[in-house]
Order: sequence, then structure tokens, then C-alpha cells
Amino acid sequence: MPKSFNVKINKVWCKGCGLCIGICPKKVLELDGQVKCEPVRVSDCIGCRQCENMCPDFAITVEESE
Amino acid sequence: MPRENVMKWLRSQFMPHIWCPGCGHGIIMHAMLRALTSLGRDPDKTVISSGIGCSSRLPGYIDTCTLHTAHGRSLAFATGVKMVNPELTVIDVMGDGDCSAIGGNHFIHACRRNIGICAIVMNNSIYGMTGGQASPTTPVGAIASTAPYGAVDPPFDICRLATGAGATLVARATIAQPQLCESLIKKGIQHDGFSVIEIMTHCHTQYGRKNKLGRPLDNFNYFKERSVMKAKADSMPPEELEGKYVIGELFHKADGEEYTKKYARVIEKAGR
Amino acid sequence: MSRAEFWQGNKAIAMGGIDAGCRFFGGYPITPSTEIAEVMAEELPRLGGKFIQMEDEIGGIAATIGASIAGSKAMTGTSGPGFSLKQELLGYGYIAEIPFICVDVQRGGPSTGLPTKVSQGDVMQARWGTHGDHATIAYAPSSVQECYDLTVKAFNMSERFRQPVLIMTDEVVGHMRERIVIPDPSTLELIDRKKPSCAPDRFIPYLADESDDIPPMAAFGDGYHWHVTGLTANDWGFPTNNAQDIDKKISRILRKVEGKRSEVVEYTAESFGDADILVVSYGCVARSALRAVRELRSQGIKVGHFRPITIWPFADAELKKLVVDSDIKHVIVPELNMGQMSLEIERAVGGKAETHSKTLLNGELFKPSQIMAFIKEVA
Repeated sequence: MPKSFNVKINKVWCKGCGLCIGICPKKVLELDGQVKCEPVRVSDCIGCRQCENMCPDFAITVEESE
Repeated sequence: MPRENVMKWLRSQFMPHIWCPGCGHGIIMHAMLRALTSLGRDPDKTVISSGIGCSSRLPGYIDTCTLHTAHGRSLAFATGVKMVNPELTVIDVMGDGDCSAIGGNHFIHACRRNIGICAIVMNNSIYGMTGGQASPTTPVGAIASTAPYGAVDPPFDICRLATGAGATLVARATIAQPQLCESLIKKGIQHDGFSVIEIMTHCHTQYGRKNKLGRPLDNFNYFKERSVMKAKADSMPPEELEGKYVIGELFHKADGEEYTKKYARVIEKAGR
Repeated sequence: MSRAEFWQGNKAIAMGGIDAGCRFFGGYPITPSTEIAEVMAEELPRLGGKFIQMEDEIGGIAATIGASIAGSKAMTGTSGPGFSLKQELLGYGYIAEIPFICVDVQRGGPSTGLPTKVSQGDVMQARWGTHGDHATIAYAPSSVQECYDLTVKAFNMSERFRQPVLIMTDEVVGHMRERIVIPDPSTLELIDRKKPSCAPDRFIPYLADESDDIPPMAAFGDGYHWHVTGLTANDWGFPTNNAQDIDKKISRILRKVEGKRSEVVEYTAESFGDADILVVSYGCVARSALRAVRELRSQGIKVGHFRPITIWPFADAELKKLVVDSDIKHVIVPELNMGQMSLEIERAVGGKAETHSKTLLNGELFKPSQIMAFIKEVA
């Protein structure tokens, strides 16, 4: 059973810079209508946490889901 | 990933921070906090100092003993702090202007003394806060508001400068390697002596827009393509390394005695 | 036990600092102040204190401020050109409210000027050298004994008011050797900065006590987290652009000293009462002036002497009262500059007497005979 992950976005802190979107190897993230990051294909997330570490705004938390 | 522990170090009431969307400074701050938490450092015994400019705003966001000094002077302030209380973990964050222009003298002498401070140089090759003026690390030919026809002065290589001046741990990463940033900062903090961790970052707002690097992601790609690990760089001819960023631990001298320990021996000698 | 020594002024300043509890000195060699650093380099480590010769004058004051923030009583010393270089960080000390001592052993200027010769050319720089408004406390010793005593006092004032305090001495007093009586250090009354007593999570670092407008100061490492900045900050110590917060901060750092002005201002007054001529002088010039005044007194000339010990705050109200009460007609102000304090004195006297500025800036000290001549001109 492959692990699944939850990508939590703090939309107040997110500034919509798009770094996370550009570096995600699985294209999980996109900008929403408010120009904030939104996980749209969360089932594809492999939990590499590159987005979390790259986010300059401390706005992304990747967690393993239960 | 100790995310909750990282958050504990933040003065989160001031978030979101003042830096532009996609600014590399936030990536460095994040890496630094991961390093501090994974080392289990005590915020009560940690001091973070800074100079002036965008980089200098970093300590204000961290819930510890923070010291926002004057332009270029942070290492001299930090030297006084460390001398009085050598038990403190002292981290000094600087911009390229702080480190290699107005504070260049303090920088080389902190290297020479080998005082137990971890200096993190957030090098974005520009004066961002004042509107994009050329700095001592702006590449020749790059456009800046005070170099409208391209920068004339050759740039400093901060890591070579630090090594030459006597720093005992010198390392470089770019914001394209956040985990390397974290691990090098960790080494810098653990190092018993003066450590210089140069992190190449970007100012897409003031530098990038004038130099075809206007989006944060352009800068990530730029650094990623041009980064070469030290081990690989060692086997490459110099002409191939032109325009590249050699990353990793560049210099380490394990047997250099730390300054406050040297001064403790002065105290011992004077007491006799 | 008190003891007698034969010291120069610079040594007395260093030893006064040490007896006041100074345990850190950050400096840079500069004539004619270097002896202070040399004495500190030798004496401080004997007591477990720290001396560091920094890479430049700015580094010297920066390390001193850092040391104070880490909890040590700290001092830096310099002379004219170095005093100019230190101005920015003196301002840092005023706005961030960091106690420390800065000594300026004045020499001739402008610029490199006269490294080995005396002047009083920095007295206005002491007041207005850094940008922005702040209260200044500056002592002008005129003897080796005062170098010691006023350094102890300067530390007390600095710790009490939580701001930099200046010792504006000069090449003559700094290098002059005299007999000095050192009190038993255990008899000295020393003031230490107020420390917070609240729990760390209740600490508001720049919230001043209502009684004295001074916030308690924690040392880095004491368990209190706080932010020190040269930006104008609110009570929490964080930068502010809020007009009310800015007003509150700046008015408080002025008021904390100016509100206690009478407890800070010091001067000596001699031969008032029947005098109709007054000589006002400070620092080394007071030595010649007092000699001249006493000599002419013995010849029956009704002349008195007024000596500000704190040149800042200046004893303006006190001087005016003495001038009015004694019905002084002439105030003579000999200075080793182009009359920097004479306008301040003229302002203080407020037209109640005629002020005569007498200037000398050739690197020499006034001789008593020259000051006697000034007095005789108006007698």
C-alpha cells in the first residue's frame, strides 16, 4: 500500500510566488483564483517535501495521511 | 521534518513577512530554523544578529535574542556578545552589502580571529531594499540602478575571501538546494570557530527584472543549472567552472582554536 | 583602604571604569587616548574581564554595545577622528537604550588635526554629533582625580538612565600626571541597570516603569527573548511607523534624563557674592582659569569662576541664577575652540551680562597670564 500525503497550505501566509508549483515533481500544486497555492492533485503527492522546504513563506506543510 | 518545532521559533504574529513573494531570504530563514531545531538549540541561549537591508529583517521574525544592528556592523556587535557570554549560540546574518562592502573590515577580522559565530551571508548580488544598486558581488556587466550600463567592478568571491582571511569553516549553497542550506548551516552552528555559510539567493524584484530573471522560478532554475558540488568541481578545469557556483563544504580546518577559548587562556595568564 | 597614586588622567579613567564594574573594553588605538586601552588590556583579564582591540573605531563601539547587551558594563575610548567615526553607533545606543561609556580624549581638529595637542573642539559634537534628537550626558573632568571619580559616576548614570554616557576629557588632562586618592572600592556606591522581575513570557522589553521612564533591561542569555534595533521601535521593541508610538518613544528617551536634570547637572562655583566678572571654563582650561581668578582675587579684583562638570546637560539655569544673584557684568569664556560653549553660555545668561568668548586653537593650553589679561580687559 503506497503512502498517501496531505499538503496543507496556509493561505494567509502564501504570497502566490509559484516556486512550489514550479519545483513539484508531480505537479500537485496550482494557483487558485486568489493567486494562492492550492493542492489540486494531492493523490499524486510522493511526500518529497521539496515544496515545504522551498516555500519562503512557511506556508506549506506536507504530512503523511492516516 | 520538525515543522511544529520550526514554528515554535517564529514570532508568527509578524507573518507573513515583509519580503517579496518568492524571495530567497525566506528559504534561508526556513533552512536556518530547521537547522536550529534539529540541533535542539535553546532559544534562551541563542542570539541572531543582523545588519541593515532586506536580510537584516530576518532576526525580527525569530523568537529568541535578536539584534538588528547598523549597516555592516553586525559582526562587531556579535563579537562583543560572544566575548561576554561564550556559551551563547551566535548566528550572524548578513547581506552581500553588509558583508563585503560597508562591513568588509569586520568580516575579514572576524574570520581572522576565528570567533565562534556562524555567519550566514545571504548573497543576492544587489542592494534590494534601497532599490537595486550594484553591490560588491554584482557580476560584471549586470544591470543595476547605479550601473545602468552594466557593473564595472569585478565581484568578490565571498568564500575565497573568508578562507583567505582565516575562517575555519567555509561553505556555499544556493536557494535551489534548501536541504543543503540546512545541513551546511547546521555544520556552521556546530563548528567551534568562525564559520561562513554563503547562500546564493536572488532578488528578482530589483536585480532579476533588469537581468532577465524576473520570476522567482527563473532564479531557482538559474542557480540549479549553475551549481556544481565541490567534489565534482575539484576534477573540473577552471574554464568549465566559469559562471558556476561551487557548492558544499569548501574549506574546513578542524584544529583552529576558537577566539573566546584563546582569550580564556589570556585570563588565566593574567591571573597568575 | 584608600590609597594614593601618581597617575595620568587616562589611567585614572581606565581604573575608575574597572572599579565601577566595567568588565569589557572594545577599542582601537588612537592618540591621545590609547593609554586607556592599554591599561584595560592589562587589567581587565586579571579580573576575568574582556578586552578586545577591534579592527576600527566603529568596531570598537559596536563590540562595546554588544557586550552591554550581553550583560557586561562596557566602555570604549577614542579621540577626535575616532569620536566622529563612533557617532552613528552612539545614536544606536541612545535609541536602543544601551548603557555604556564612550571616552573622548580631545585633540586638535578638524580631521587628523593635531594628534598630540589639546583642544576642546568636540563639545558640540558630543551634543549633536549623531543624527536625531536624544539626551546627552557628558562629563568634562579637569583633574586626574576627577577622571577617576567622574568615570565611576558616568557608569552609574549610564546604568541608571540606560543610555550611553560620554567622558569628554582632553589631551592635557588625559596625559597630565597628578596625585590621586583612590577610595577603597568597597566604599563606592555603584548602580547596576534594572533587571526585569517578570516572567520571560510577560516581558515587554521597552515598557518603561512609570516612576522613572526607564525600562528594565535583560541580558541576552538570561532567558528573556527580545529584539534590539536601531529602528524607532514600540514598547515591544519592534520597528514602528505609528506616529503615536514614535512620539512616545522619542519623548520618553529625552524625558528620562531631562526630567531628572537636576540630579545629573554638576558644576563648581567659586568666589561669587561680590564678583562682577565671571570666568566660565571647563576641562583643562579650568586649571589655568582658576589659577588666574585666584591670583587676581588676591589683587582685589572681584572675579569669580564657574565650571560646568557636566557640559551636557549644561547648567544653564544654575549659571543664570548665579549671574543674576551676584549681578555679574561680564562673563569671560576661554575655550580651546572657536567658542563652541560661549553661545550656549550667552543663551543661558540671557542678556543679564556681557559674554566675551576667548578662543585658542593652536594646540596650546591657555596660560593663567593670558586669562588674567582677559579679565583685566573688562575689570
